[in-house]
Amino acid sequence: MATVISDTPVKLRASGTVGERAHWAVGVLGWLVALAMFFPIAWMVLTSFKSETDAIATPPLLLFHPTLEGYAEVQSRANYLLFALNSVIVSVGGTALALLFAVPAAYSMAFHPTRRTRGTLLWMLSTKMLPPVGVLIPIYLLFRNLGLLDTRIGLIAIYMLMNLPIVVWMLYTFFKEVPKDILEAGRMDGANQRDEIRHLLLPLAMPGIASTGLLSLILCWNEAFWSLNLTSHAAAPLTQFIASFSSPEGLFFSKLSAASTMAIAPIMVLGWISQKQLVRGLTFGAVK
Amino acid sequence: MSASTMPASRSRGAGLPFLAPSVLVLLLWMIVPLAMTLWFSTQRYNLLDPTQTGFAGIDNYYYLVTDPDFWTSLVNTLVLVVSVLVITVGLGTLLAVLYDTAFPGRNIARLLVIAPFFVMPTVSALMWKNLMMHPIYGLFGVVAHAFGFAPIDWFAQYPMAAIVIIVSWEWLPFAVLILLTAVQSLDGEQKEAARLDGAGPIAQFVYIILPHMRRAITVVIMIETIFLLTIFAEIFVTTSGGPGTATTTLAYLIYARALLQYDVGGASAGGVVAIVLANIVAIFLVRSIARNLEA
Amino acid sequence: MSVKASIASIHGRVIRACLLAGVASVSLAAGANAEPVSITIATVNNGDMVTMQKLSDAFEKANPDIKLNWVVLEENTLRQRVTTDIATHAGQFDVLTIGNYEAPIWAQRGWLEKITPDAAYDTDDLLKPVRDSLSYKGAIYALPFYAESAMTYYRTDLFKKAGLTMPTAPTYEQIRQFADKITDKSNGVYGMCLRGKPGWGENMAFFTMLVTAMGGQWFGDGYHATIDTPAWHKALDWYDGILKADGPPGATSNGFNENLALFASGHCGMWIDSTVAAGLLYDKKQSTVADKVGFAPVPTGSYTGGPTWLWSWALAVPVSSTHKGAAEKFVTWATSKAYVDLVAKTNGWVSAPAGTRQSTYANPQYKAVAPFASFVLDAIDNSNPNGKTAQPRPYVGAQFVGIPEFQGIGTQVGQTIAATLTGGLSADQALKSAQSATQRTVRQAGLAH
Repeated sequence: MATVISDTPVKLRASGTVGERAHWAVGVLGWLVALAMFFPIAWMVLTSFKSETDAIATPPLLLFHPTLEGYAEVQSRANYLLFALNSVIVSVGGTALALLFAVPAAYSMAFHPTRRTRGTLLWMLSTKMLPPVGVLIPIYLLFRNLGLLDTRIGLIAIYMLMNLPIVVWMLYTFFKEVPKDILEAGRMDGANQRDEIRHLLLPLAMPGIASTGLLSLILCWNEAFWSLNLTSHAAAPLTQFIASFSSPEGLFFSKLSAASTMAIAPIMVLGWISQKQLVRGLTFGAVK
Repeated sequence: MSASTMPASRSRGAGLPFLAPSVLVLLLWMIVPLAMTLWFSTQRYNLLDPTQTGFAGIDNYYYLVTDPDFWTSLVNTLVLVVSVLVITVGLGTLLAVLYDTAFPGRNIARLLVIAPFFVMPTVSALMWKNLMMHPIYGLFGVVAHAFGFAPIDWFAQYPMAAIVIIVSWEWLPFAVLILLTAVQSLDGEQKEAARLDGAGPIAQFVYIILPHMRRAITVVIMIETIFLLTIFAEIFVTTSGGPGTATTTLAYLIYARALLQYDVGGASAGGVVAIVLANIVAIFLVRSIARNLEA
Repeated sequence: MSVKASIASIHGRVIRACLLAGVASVSLAAGANAEPVSITIATVNNGDMVTMQKLSDAFEKANPDIKLNWVVLEENTLRQRVTTDIATHAGQFDVLTIGNYEAPIWAQRGWLEKITPDAAYDTDDLLKPVRDSLSYKGAIYALPFYAESAMTYYRTDLFKKAGLTMPTAPTYEQIRQFADKITDKSNGVYGMCLRGKPGWGENMAFFTMLVTAMGGQWFGDGYHATIDTPAWHKALDWYDGILKADGPPGATSNGFNENLALFASGHCGMWIDSTVAAGLLYDKKQSTVADKVGFAPVPTGSYTGGPTWLWSWALAVPVSSTHKGAAEKFVTWATSKAYVDLVAKTNGWVSAPAGTRQSTYANPQYKAVAPFASFVLDAIDNSNPNGKTAQPRPYVGAQFVGIPEFQGIGTQVGQTIAATLTGGLSADQALKSAQSATQRTVRQAGLAH
């Protein structure tokens, strides 16, 4: 495949002291930047283990008695697992459905392009630029009439539609890099198109499909407009969980941090574990 | 293109059934709300006031376009999108080169850098607002205080800058991810050859790395633009579009004017305008990307 | 086909029919017995509501046939959800938490169930202004969970140190002078904390009350906006003046909760805000200044006797609810005398829901821990939300305007007022733009022409 990325980059030659020093400087800079980017998250996690009064102490405390008070309070008010389960179901469901629709579409665009292919692709992307607030009421009325309010199915459908353009586009860029000869060879052997997709294309494009799915999962997990407006409790995902801990009466920094940590932890762990796939795939055809 | 070696009719006929489902659902997703939005935008329709009914003609559009805040919101949207693009692409390119270079613990450092991408927008907005930028309890204020400066009240004094910082923090990892892949795909020998020709690191960067990344940068700009145009949660949580209209973007204006008053007619007019603008942007993007991507 | 097979198939059908009937009868019986009904309660994440959620086990124990689902959200999000739901008759919620702003408007639309509690509930025990503000045409549509008026809090120790005494009925002018005297920025003491966070229920609640005292109002006859007027200018001068000179940093992000935290941690010399803060400021567990809090009425300006402040968070049942009986049962439980007792027993009397019932204010145990009790009662009794402003006005409401459009108008004007604090706009520019924006909105809504 064309996008084989070497994970062994060009090493700076450590020839002489200048190179040596540059090498060190790069390392220090790399780490400084990384720590700076991660710092807000780290600070939030740290705050989640403070008591409410420690959390607003000025100057802030680096040393404190760690406590699980924040987490206990959060859990006593809202059952994290129910929200997390909904998040998992709607994210996985929305992603799976989007892939199901997108694979054939991307296949057709990549291997049987017409004059309208590019236009279609860009039109799909432009549907994503519409601010959801503009169509909230129409969608809400539609959902009410179809009985989809506060259902996981409804949210899955919305997420599928929301991510479909990106998913189609990413898959399209991957499929275009699959050598056509292989598919044609398969066709000679009498494979029909479904077989072609299933047995030839999918295995070849699996890394691309995996990273597409991952990106879609992340986007679904973090979506906070539709989930807040279309669900109440039965299908409410973690975004709703967070909304009940922002700016209440009294001190809330520790509770807010605890709830936030709980809400982002699963997706962050998943993202880290699958970092390689994600990096390899997030090229959108940018790398030839 | 190998497709052209096949009979055209077979090619097209074969593709359509596979493409149709996606196009159909997206069409529905586009057209049903769009039709409803268009229809509502010509109606007097307020959810809170069922006595207001009937055909409004272009009144809803008239009120939107003559709203002085409408133009401010367009400018704000532009400022937000462009600033974030400049910051994320600029820093993203530099960081991509940085993390392409080997150093001890680079893989872990990379994980830390991309972490913000996984944080949901509401959480990052709350986190920055309360733990970082709060003038009394926030860390920035504390640091400023330690150095003898007065703490900055970010959301009152530099509201747009504050939003840009938050959004850039969220999207920088995305730019780094894509650009890093692009840098890594650069042929090592090319750089080596340039070095042997006596090109310094800066010359290498300008003449070899940057041109190589042009495509990737276009992609980053395009994807980010799509998401940045509809930014909402970050503003809702932190400034609510203010103070005044300092951070009211088009998406937020539609919310503030229409949804806060449940004026479905007005909201729909705003939606239609947003769609038109989105398509104008799309056409511009299409041009530049078409040039870059279809090559 | 053999006879056997067809008999078998008949058999199958009969068995299936029997099974179905059996299932049906079982579920019928269950429905009559103890099949629990689920009701969904939408509420704000304020402290008192969180307490309600925690104590609701008692309700579920007493009513095993009712299961409660909670949707607890931050105020703005909640309001948006609840309004969308009720206006589209979507029926996702069975119990709504709304204010006395929404209650009469929604009742008029026919969106809320009329509530008629039994004799034991003792409707007459509810404070009259509160009850009236939740009624429409003489019937109650929402039961008050807690209610508030406004008052002036001040730090007795700071006043003593500066040699000041708070008059029994201070004026805005006096308050300004006091604030200047007690401000001590180097020690983190700010003479005056006020709501600065933009929003119709945040800075505009205070500001509306201030405007009334300066002899102004939002609209005159025929819904003509009267914002670009001397009264509003006077109010804005006072507001910007005192906050710029004596206010805490970041005043435009301070709403009720933020100011509460500031006062409770000793950063405010004075604070004019809701009476519910009293219960929290006098609570030694939550306030470091519990023994140094004094209180006085809301200051007066050139126009006295106008509407001041009346807000109540109340529970209502939407017409679209599918379990109205169970919902009403919960609503009456959470606003009953027994609930007040339950909170008192669990968290102490100082935390009892305030501002709703005569009986609470007659209770010696409450009076003992709440020195402000009779004062708050007076403030609510005199809040006068339907009273007259200096010029005739076409709307009701004390610290808000009782029309559906006010959410949008109030928030937009609130943003403009906030921008004068940060220096983004001059007072003239701000009031002019607020005037024209408000006029546009009422014209668009068809209220004015």
